[in-house]
Formats: sequence, structure tokens, C-alpha cells
Amino acid sequence: MSDNTRGVFSLIIINKAGGLIYQREFQAGLRKLSTNDYLVLAGTFHGVHAITRSITPKIPIAQPTPSPATGTTGPAAPGYSYPNPGVPVSGLDYLETDKFRLTCFQTLTGTKFLLFTDPLTGSVEGIIQKIYELYADYVMKNPFYQIEMPVRCEAFDRHLGAWLRGRT
Amino acid sequence: MEVSKPQCPFTGTEKRRPIDFAAASLLNLRLIGFIHMRRTRVDKVNAELVTLTYGTIVAQLCQDYDSNYQDVNKQLDKMGYNIGMRLVEDFLAKSGVGRCANFRETADMIAKVGFKIFLNVTPMVTNWTSDNTQFSLIFEDNPLADFVELPDDGRAQDELWFSNILCGVLRGSLEMVQMQIEAHFVSDVLRGDDTTEMRVSLVRYIEDEMPPEEE
Repeated sequence: MSDNTRGVFSLIIINKAGGLIYQREFQAGLRKLSTNDYLVLAGTFHGVHAITRSITPKIPIAQPTPSPATGTTGPAAPGYSYPNPGVPVSGLDYLETDKFRLTCFQTLTGTKFLLFTDPLTGSVEGIIQKIYELYADYVMKNPFYQIEMPVRCEAFDRHLGAWLRGRT
Repeated sequence: MEVSKPQCPFTGTEKRRPIDFAAASLLNLRLIGFIHMRRTRVDKVNAELVTLTYGTIVAQLCQDYDSNYQDVNKQLDKMGYNIGMRLVEDFLAKSGVGRCANFRETADMIAKVGFKIFLNVTPMVTNWTSDNTQFSLIFEDNPLADFVELPDDGRAQDELWFSNILCGVLRGSLEMVQMQIEAHFVSDVLRGDDTTEMRVSLVRYIEDEMPPEEE
């Protein structure tokens, strides 16, 4: 259990427009990027994520209809369908190198949580899910937090840190 | 609500219904097998406190807007909209549900899971249009309106939608999951109608992932 949290490096939250709204390291002394680099990273990742969604291969369906192909997100664009149509199209889910793993969790509302972990860290999905719950509680339910704006909620910081540290 | 009028449908009905989120969650587990609830806290709040708080807000709005009930309705809807935009994250984070495949599924999700979790009621989904874009929610039971009698000024009965905040909540929360909807009450037992009915219409699905033009 405590092994899991030790492998968590940092967290980035990106709003649905691709803006960085939260960034935090969980280990003391981690090298930091400049604020600008984080903003660029968030924006770039947002773009790449959108691209990975839109390049998802589509296969023709049996009865082609003569209407213009519309957006990329509809469950059944005319004439084409995604392979395995029961499963919604997701964008990039994770990036992995020998040294770290970046897991992306996009909520249905479009907010993205990027968690940087050690590649050996287990149950990253569980950690992200918990972070989402804390976000729903201490960020979204804070009446003075403005939606889509940078997160400056002390209670969120506190609970997030406490949960990640003391999850044993 | 410090108002007096005889003949209120709620007069004399003593309802004591604590909103028990844990029990509601358990029921959901049975109702919808794929939901895995992750609530660990015991979420309990006295339902009457909620009812009183809401009633006070509406009464205050009526006062602030000088009993211009159209404005009160609008304001309640706006407040609900802001709540919905926030509440939807809690709903998604803690219910663990996925995206609905169609609007019919969305309607069931709203009625059987959403209202169940947050208000511990399950409105009936009915009156679908043939194109599956409009439905009604019929509320047998409305915790917000317990103990309420509308002001006896001859207009509130015709103009005020007491629970209009719920329309806004639906509008705000569905907008966050890429559905633009329109919701309004068409009848309310508080006004002497037989049922409390909200009409919900899907306007369009908002194409997501498209950044705003100026970006």
C-alpha cells in the first residue's frame, strides 16, 4: 500500500479547454519545470489527446447512408462506426517510459487528471479515482471555487496530501 | 415559509424522511448492478434542515424580487444551474457510472440514480415523444416542498414554480456532460395540480473536444 504512494510523483489537472488548473509534486525535492512549461505541457497534452480521439480508426458499416460525415464523437457517424462500438472512444490513456508512467484519466465532463508515477506503481486507476473524488468534494463543492479556473483550495491540497501519505 | 392558506395538499402530512445516502446507495447497487459505489462516509443530513433552508431561500427571493415570480423562477433556475455544474462531478466520481448510450438511458439515470442519491426520491420517467428527445419526470414525492403552502396573493399559485431549482440542476449537470437541455415544470401539487411534473427536452448534444474558436 505505502509502496503505491511512494511511487506517485506528481499530478496535473487540465480543464476541458486545455488549460492547466492544478499542478503539484508529491515528493520533496523533485525537479520542477517552470510554470510556463507546465502550461505548455497541459495544452500540448490536451491537443494530443484530442488527436488520438479523432484518429481512432473507423470501419464502414453495412448500410452506408448518403449524408455528410459529421463530428468525431457521435456514437454512430453515418456510414462508419468504431470498432467495438459498445465501448466509448477514449483518447490517450497512458504514456510509459522506462522511468515513469503518465496516466491520463478524463472525466465525462472533460476534465483531465494526469498522474506521473513510477512505472512499477500498482493500482494507479484506484489512486486517480480517489483523487477525482477529493476533487469533486473539496474543489467543485467549494462554493467560492470558480469552475474552470485554477484550483487554489487549501482543503483539497491538505486532503490529497494526507490521503496519499497515509494510505496504509 | 411563513404563509397561510387552507387547502394545502401538504397540510397535515407529517413527513419525517431523513435522506439516508448510504441506504440510497445500497438500493442503487441492487437497482443497477454495474454501479460500484465508493462512498465510505456515512452521509446523513436532516432532511428538514434541507427543506427549511430551501424554503427560506425561496421566501427570501420572493421578498427580494418584490413577488415578481417570473424573476424568482429565473433566479432559482440559475442557482440550480450553478449547483448542477458542481454536483455532477460528485455524481460521476462517486457513482462510477459511465457515459449513457442514449437519451432514454440518461433519463433513467437521472431518475433512478441521480434523484435517488441526492434527494432520495425516484421520479417516474414518462410521456416520451416519439423521437425520444422529450420526457416528463413525475414526482410522487418532493422533499423540497414538504410543509410548503404558496403565498395567498392570487399570483403565486399561477406564477411561482417553487421547486424550479431542480430544472436548473438538471440543465447544469447535463451541460457538463455535453447535453444541452431545456427543463421546466408543467404542474405542481403546490398549485393544486394533481401531479408534480417536470418536462425535459434535449436540445442538442454538445460536440466536445473542440476548443473555443479563439484558442
